[in-house]
Amino acid sequence: MADAPQIPDEADVRARWGNFAWTPENAEQAAKIIARYPEGRQQSASMPLLDLAQRQVGAQTNTQGWLPVPVIEFVASQLGLAYMRVYEVATFYTMYNLTPVGKFHVQVCGTTPCMLRGSDDVLAACKARGLSKGHTTADGLFTLNEVECLGACTNAPMVQINDDNFEDLSYDSTLALLDALAAGKPVKIGPQIDRQTSCPEGGPTVLKEMVTENHDYRGEWQ
Amino acid sequence: MPKLTVDGIEIEVPAGSTVLQACEAAGKEIPRFCYHERLSIAGNCRMCLVEVAPGPPKPQASCALPAMEGQTIRTDSPMVKAAREGVMEFLLINHPLDCPICDQGGECDLQDQAVAYGRGASRFHENKRAVTEKYMGPIVKTIMTRCIQCTRCVRFAEEVAGVEEIGAINRGENMQITSYLERAVTSELSGNVVDLCPVGALTAKPYAFEARPWELTKVSGIDVMDAMGTNVRFDVRGRQVLRIVPRINEDVNEEWAHDKTRHVVDGLSARRLDKPYVRKNGKLAPASWEEAFKAVAAAAKSAKASVAAVAGDMVDCETMFAARELVHALGGSMLEGRQTGLAYDTSSLSAVNFNTGIANVETADVILLVGSDLRREAPLVNARVLKAVRKRGAKVFAIGPETELNYKVEWLGASLKALTNLPAHVADALKGAERPALIVGGGALRYAGAHGAALKLAADFNLVREGWNGFNVLHFAASRMGGLMLGYAFEGGIKAVAAEKPKLAFFLGADEVNFDLFADTFKVYVGHHGDAGAHAADVILPGAAYTEKAGTYVNLEGRVQRGERAVFAPGDAREDWAIFRALSDVVGKTLPFDNLDQLRAAMATAVPALGQQGLADYGWEVPNLPADPDADVADYPIKDFYLTNAICRASATMQRCSAELVHGETFAEAAE
Repeated sequence: MADAPQIPDEADVRARWGNFAWTPENAEQAAKIIARYPEGRQQSASMPLLDLAQRQVGAQTNTQGWLPVPVIEFVASQLGLAYMRVYEVATFYTMYNLTPVGKFHVQVCGTTPCMLRGSDDVLAACKARGLSKGHTTADGLFTLNEVECLGACTNAPMVQINDDNFEDLSYDSTLALLDALAAGKPVKIGPQIDRQTSCPEGGPTVLKEMVTENHDYRGEWQ
Repeated sequence: MPKLTVDGIEIEVPAGSTVLQACEAAGKEIPRFCYHERLSIAGNCRMCLVEVAPGPPKPQASCALPAMEGQTIRTDSPMVKAAREGVMEFLLINHPLDCPICDQGGECDLQDQAVAYGRGASRFHENKRAVTEKYMGPIVKTIMTRCIQCTRCVRFAEEVAGVEEIGAINRGENMQITSYLERAVTSELSGNVVDLCPVGALTAKPYAFEARPWELTKVSGIDVMDAMGTNVRFDVRGRQVLRIVPRINEDVNEEWAHDKTRHVVDGLSARRLDKPYVRKNGKLAPASWEEAFKAVAAAAKSAKASVAAVAGDMVDCETMFAARELVHALGGSMLEGRQTGLAYDTSSLSAVNFNTGIANVETADVILLVGSDLRREAPLVNARVLKAVRKRGAKVFAIGPETELNYKVEWLGASLKALTNLPAHVADALKGAERPALIVGGGALRYAGAHGAALKLAADFNLVREGWNGFNVLHFAASRMGGLMLGYAFEGGIKAVAAEKPKLAFFLGADEVNFDLFADTFKVYVGHHGDAGAHAADVILPGAAYTEKAGTYVNLEGRVQRGERAVFAPGDAREDWAIFRALSDVVGKTLPFDNLDQLRAAMATAVPALGQQGLADYGWEVPNLPADPDADVADYPIKDFYLTNAICRASATMQRCSAELVHGETFAEAAE
């Protein structure tokens, strides 16, 4: 159970977040989300609303946001659901943070393809910049988590920071990325090497004749 | 009606049955953990795998598979055997081998099924997972490492108890069953999850480490904590009842019992009256039976015919009958059971009965509650109403101060005037209803005109029709209907009895009476607990609690049921009817029965319905009563669900429940 999130002290959280309410824009957005689902199926809106709430908490704390218990209860009451039902959802999905995170939520993929391609180096780079798994750095900038496959295996190893993927990382490029983020400099989203999305590195490796013109391979079939 | 073959046996099952039910119909045992007849189907334990053709060539979960025409099902094939062994091995991977210290040992589904369907050895050599204990309140003890995540408790909390406070949080390896934020579950039915839990994850906290199931003698009884007449089993070891669990009775309690029924048991061995007492110089002093009887006989002599009997909430019909016969023999006629002062008309028992029937309430489509806090007065009737709301979309309206019921209720205000002048939409709903039910509680009955107005409403809206009687009065004393059948109702109620200034009064376990009214009366308390009644008494004759005597009880719907004696009363205490029989000898008016059978025969002669178990037929007669209520329902009779009678008040468990769940005190958990 060591990996299970440790919910922060309830009394403090209630004092801080007990009077959570939507901002006017988010209230409008929430109404739109709820209207997507047929009458009597409002339970379906719990996931988008939790996401919206997490983002609002993030905006209010200048972090990536998390879901304090009173905020979960707020969402549940808005949908007329038992607190437990929404709490179950919030604890099930890893993209809902049950503990505060930093400004940059660094989620390193550690599943097999990334591991084989060097996610250990990425983690080592994070460690070199003072990040440790499951914790937020003292300056509140970075929170590091190791996550399961994020579906970008072609570009392994990769991390997801906030809503963006950073791919084809190495020890050095990870360091550079973290430094740029910490300094507030713009960063390149996607592959960190010279590569377009998930196209082959260094140009096509198969069907090369097709690059410039149509080519009939049928004659070459043996 | 699909026809299918199970292990070569051809059977026909009702449409909508599952394969598991079909297998059971064919007499085949299907092991299961998550499936439960009274809960929704989850299909997550995978223990009920069977081979089904036509279908994919792999075992299928029979609990969630509809039975179809022409299916061929095998429950005895090598594939099924291997599947069960595999599932069992997986379930046991994370299950601790702590059966020797587990309270579920001996009545554990996992234990039994591991023996019957398991491999016998595990191939798993890694570490097992461990889960921290969860706090679920004063009744349920959790050892969550044992949990196999069948989610029966989660479904029970939502579907039967109506409190969505138990759930499964996190996922995968980290999944845990817990109450919301590990708070106490605020349901009066929470103890049932202990019976539902197929393993030892949820066990009864007050019963922890008390006994092994095979040490216990099991005796059938009837619960007296409320007027439901819940069918229970007393589990006895030696001279003590150690545990009370429900028996299945579809018409009454299904297989549930509320927490008071289950855990009042420690109250049975505390504050007991185990010898007679006689008041001397203003103080109660222990006495022998002879001295006590002599004192009563002297009082009876001077009282002449001015004798009364007041029945408490938990007495059996035999006690009330014996007391009645003695009062009559002494020339008295004052009998009353409604201790707290209710004085409704009892000329027609059908007008004070729960006519719809407990089981039928769940088929009602519109329900109007009048002055009834259903959840506290009859939690299991409330569970039926919840079922009506959840399954059939019944609408519930209520007149009375708002109280926390666990389904959607439209409150019509506290004024009883609403009875004679229903809001238009409620009237329309009642008119349009096929099975409308009106439930009148003690909160309303105490006001003049309310009873008549409710009966008039029943007539106006045609609540009583062919095959359906929608008029109900909800009692919450186990002795009430029996008492009314035996004539324990004095015109004007207990105040009128007091106004007659009886010289001698027998209080049969009556503790809720305002004894100030009986200041000049020689009070004889026949009961089992040292509570209000004993404090006020001039003579105490120690009687037997409901576990210590065979008794007939009539529940709120007029169902006559008999319980058996599980243990003997402590010390010098005797069965109540025997006390009256012995006393009648001393006062020179010997009652004509020497044993329980003779008493029951005499009782059956006097009130034939009490001689036969089952629903008593009261017919349907409407007394002519004033129907002009002009009052607001101020409050409900039950202020503290856990402390409603002398036995609960003596129970440490019930006191703890009251402090924590009613008064909101918090308790630090002792470290184990």
